[in-house]
Amino acid sequence: MDQNKTAKRALAQESVEMLRKNIRNYAMYIALAVIFIVFQVLSKVMLGKGLFLTARNITNLINQTGYIAVMAVGMTLVLIICQIDLSVGFGAGFLGACAARLMTMQVPIPLVILLVLALGVLIGLVQGTIIGKIGVPAFVTTLAGEFIFRGLLTLVTEASGTIPITNDAFNALSNGFVPELFTIGKYHGLTLLVGIVAIALIFVMEIRKRRDMMRYSFETISAPLFAFKLAFFAALIGALTVVLAGYKGISWTIIIVVVIVSIYNFILRNTRTGRYIYGMGGNMEAASLSGVNVKRTLIGVFASMGCMTALGGILYASRINSATPTAGMGFELDAIASCYIAGVSTTGGIGSVVNSVVGAFVIMSLTNGLNLIGIGISYQYLIKGIIFICAVALDVRGRGKKAIG
Amino acid sequence: MSDIILEMRNISKSFPGVKALDGVNFTVKTGEIHCLVGENGAGKSTLMKILSGIHRYGSYEGDIIVGGEVMRFHSIRESESAGISIINQELALIPELSVAENIFFGHEIMKGRLIDWNETMRQAEGYLKQVRLNVPPSTPMRELRVGSQQLVEIAKSLSKHARLMILDEPTSSLNEEDSANLLNLLRELKQQGVTIIMISHRLKEVVQIADTVTVLRDGMSVCSLDAAGAPVTESEIIRYMVGRDMANIYPVRAEKNIGDVLFSVKNWSAYDPKLRREVLHDVNLEVRRGEIVGLAGLMGAGRTELALSIFGNTPGYRITGGELVMDGESVRFDSPREAIDHGIGYATEDRKKNGLILIQDIRFNTTFANLKALMKGRVISENEEVVQANRLKDSINIKAPSVQQTVLNLSGGNQQKVVLAKWIFARPKLMILDEPTRGIDVGAKYEIYSLMNEMVSQGMSIIMISSELLEVIGMSDRIYVMCEGRITGEVSGAQATEQNIMHLATDTEVV
Ligand SMILES: Nc1ncnc2c1ncn2[C@@H]1O[C@H](COP(=O)(O)OP(=O)(O)OP(=O)(O)O)[C@@H](O)[C@H]1O
Ligand SMILES: [Mg+2]
Repeated sequence: MDQNKTAKRALAQESVEMLRKNIRNYAMYIALAVIFIVFQVLSKVMLGKGLFLTARNITNLINQTGYIAVMAVGMTLVLIICQIDLSVGFGAGFLGACAARLMTMQVPIPLVILLVLALGVLIGLVQGTIIGKIGVPAFVTTLAGEFIFRGLLTLVTEASGTIPITNDAFNALSNGFVPELFTIGKYHGLTLLVGIVAIALIFVMEIRKRRDMMRYSFETISAPLFAFKLAFFAALIGALTVVLAGYKGISWTIIIVVVIVSIYNFILRNTRTGRYIYGMGGNMEAASLSGVNVKRTLIGVFASMGCMTALGGILYASRINSATPTAGMGFELDAIASCYIAGVSTTGGIGSVVNSVVGAFVIMSLTNGLNLIGIGISYQYLIKGIIFICAVALDVRGRGKKAIG
Repeated sequence: MSDIILEMRNISKSFPGVKALDGVNFTVKTGEIHCLVGENGAGKSTLMKILSGIHRYGSYEGDIIVGGEVMRFHSIRESESAGISIINQELALIPELSVAENIFFGHEIMKGRLIDWNETMRQAEGYLKQVRLNVPPSTPMRELRVGSQQLVEIAKSLSKHARLMILDEPTSSLNEEDSANLLNLLRELKQQGVTIIMISHRLKEVVQIADTVTVLRDGMSVCSLDAAGAPVTESEIIRYMVGRDMANIYPVRAEKNIGDVLFSVKNWSAYDPKLRREVLHDVNLEVRRGEIVGLAGLMGAGRTELALSIFGNTPGYRITGGELVMDGESVRFDSPREAIDHGIGYATEDRKKNGLILIQDIRFNTTFANLKALMKGRVISENEEVVQANRLKDSINIKAPSVQQTVLNLSGGNQQKVVLAKWIFARPKLMILDEPTRGIDVGAKYEIYSLMNEMVSQGMSIIMISSELLEVIGMSDRIYVMCEGRITGEVSGAQATEQNIMHLATDTEVV
């Protein structure tokens, strides 16, 4: 009896401790939940029907977020190493237009995608070299890039104006879903299967990690809390899967974003390159004297940014089935804001790609929700700006780390 | 006027996972020089930060009584207006501004709404004279050496009419001459009625200058020793600091096992294109396996420049001549990576600037220069990493709740130990240590010296750059002395004396 009580108290204590440690991460999820609820209520009040939390809108929201999410992933690395890339806006617009143009020349889709990604990498390499080898600050270099890509975008779209994209395979990247294959009741079968596999995968990985830590006799979280954590993950993914399966299923965008985030997360957390990136962002000189090739790392990070810009451009062009002369305007701001909302340090050295993707989701939920309830574009910018500054201010205060003094 | 200027009563302060101060009592008499000593992480800086309002009222427990009045400082400004001024372990000067601007930074002399430059210059000159710094007040800060910068900090305190001046390890980055000057200046200030609290790990200085010595250990005040009656001795202080007697300051090396030449620098000259002058001229030195080679000299003698030019030449000097030979093979390193891969490690002298990644934890910093050792395929084994970091933390006694502690939150001396841990983990054949014991307490110094002995006994070689002559003499098998970018002499450890090294360091004839 008494023993039971102490065990319970220990568990409560541990839970509180874990919450406290990860409060920063949870804050963003809480914000997301608040946004969801607010828009659901607002849409109900204003439109007479809760339109935000519907399978259709959630699917839509995810597909809308794809291009910003991948760009936020690339941007996270750039910001971690204390640099910035302002050229990704029209960079994405230009690269998307390149894809459209190539398609009008009947180049096969896989080749189009490869070529555009390669061009993105090339652009990143050039900008990175200018920054790293010549020493022009990133702010200036990429600002110049933004001008140049705007010019190039206009050039590419000059002859025809907006270039329509009619290729279904290409357009499916941002609008299409994995095939149904079979159904279970009214649910999309393959989607359910993917959801189950994902949950199983997470279970296996978490359990393996825990077993590994136990083998080293490190302190691990207690069994009930661990089970709770797993159950929480399972519930979250499960719920999302069911929602999606009830509509059209998992979209290709989700798959692309998940693959990209997994790769980047793995690199940042588990490889030497990742360590070098964090180390360089924390103290460039110390990193260099510890044997990090800082120039090469910087150029690599910009090349990866270029690649993500290209992917973002492709996803956006695919999303709107065309390349327009103004595509990409302001994307850089959304990408950077996603990262900062997600807790990437403004002074470098800290950040996570998983969080940045959730940050992108927060930003897009705002856009999506405001659109849904019919708020005009001017007010949208106002509201987004205010929420952005509040979020970062809270974050800075919460961490006790101020930009000045 | 009361006899007691300051009383801190029952001060306690905790950081997450650390009880930094635990009921400390600290009393300072008016007009004395009061030295505060204790091991790394004992809580000295924390106590002084509380006194000066950096850790604000409410974040600690206990009372601060200044001149009989209970004080509640919420900021440095408030403590300054009570006549308290602190000079931190890390100097807070702005390199791009002039000396005069730095002195009056934050409390500019105004004429209406504008700065009164004439008065600023006039008064700055007065304060500079008072601290015996002979430079025009318009000199840019960055052109001054550390020793002179320290003097500017003191001038700044004087300009704020400080009655109580706190100096946190003011001499740790000064050479002997500058330190002696500083101590003289402190004595003069005392004559003028300023009360001084000084934190220092250099017990020799403490014994020379202190009227009272307070010892902190593990966040508690152990005792206050009054030097007025019988003079306090170093060994007495050490006993209170570490809680036991220490027979030797330098551990005895069991057996010397010095082998053949591992590394040599031949006719090495380097030119700094930024300063437009030659920084190294025809340097020759060699290091044998299992040998500790000391590199002595004054600040600015070119020792750090030599190390950097060897270790991948990050400052971008133009090497105008000479060669490096490692294991009988001529080598040239274009980056620190290449140097590390050839078995050289370099622990820098300025841990904040280029030694550590402060926002990361102990684990991250410890393994950063040798991640290769943790790779399982292409993946870093984090579990193995924690094991290794813990092993080093224990073996050199880094005081922290865990290896997950952010380095920024460690005490100065413990940060220094993390720098060493990093290079020990890199297992180089030749380790260049640049001021390895700066800001480290006697006990920890002993540990680090033992560690150095252990490394050389395993066949590693060490070049130790140090401005502390006694340390160089106590530890080295052979000593090279540098002056103005040249090697001016070589003495064996057995023959070295403070005198003959100083002569070589200033390049004067022995008389
Ligand atoms: N901001 C902080 N956050 C967490 N812990 C801290 C912080 N500042 C100091 N500490 C801890 O408090 C203890 C006392 O630190 P303090 O800097 O006062 O030591 P010190 O006596 O000045 O040592 P040193 O001689 O090495 O400078 C140390 O264990 C240190 O790790
Ligand atoms: Mg200190």
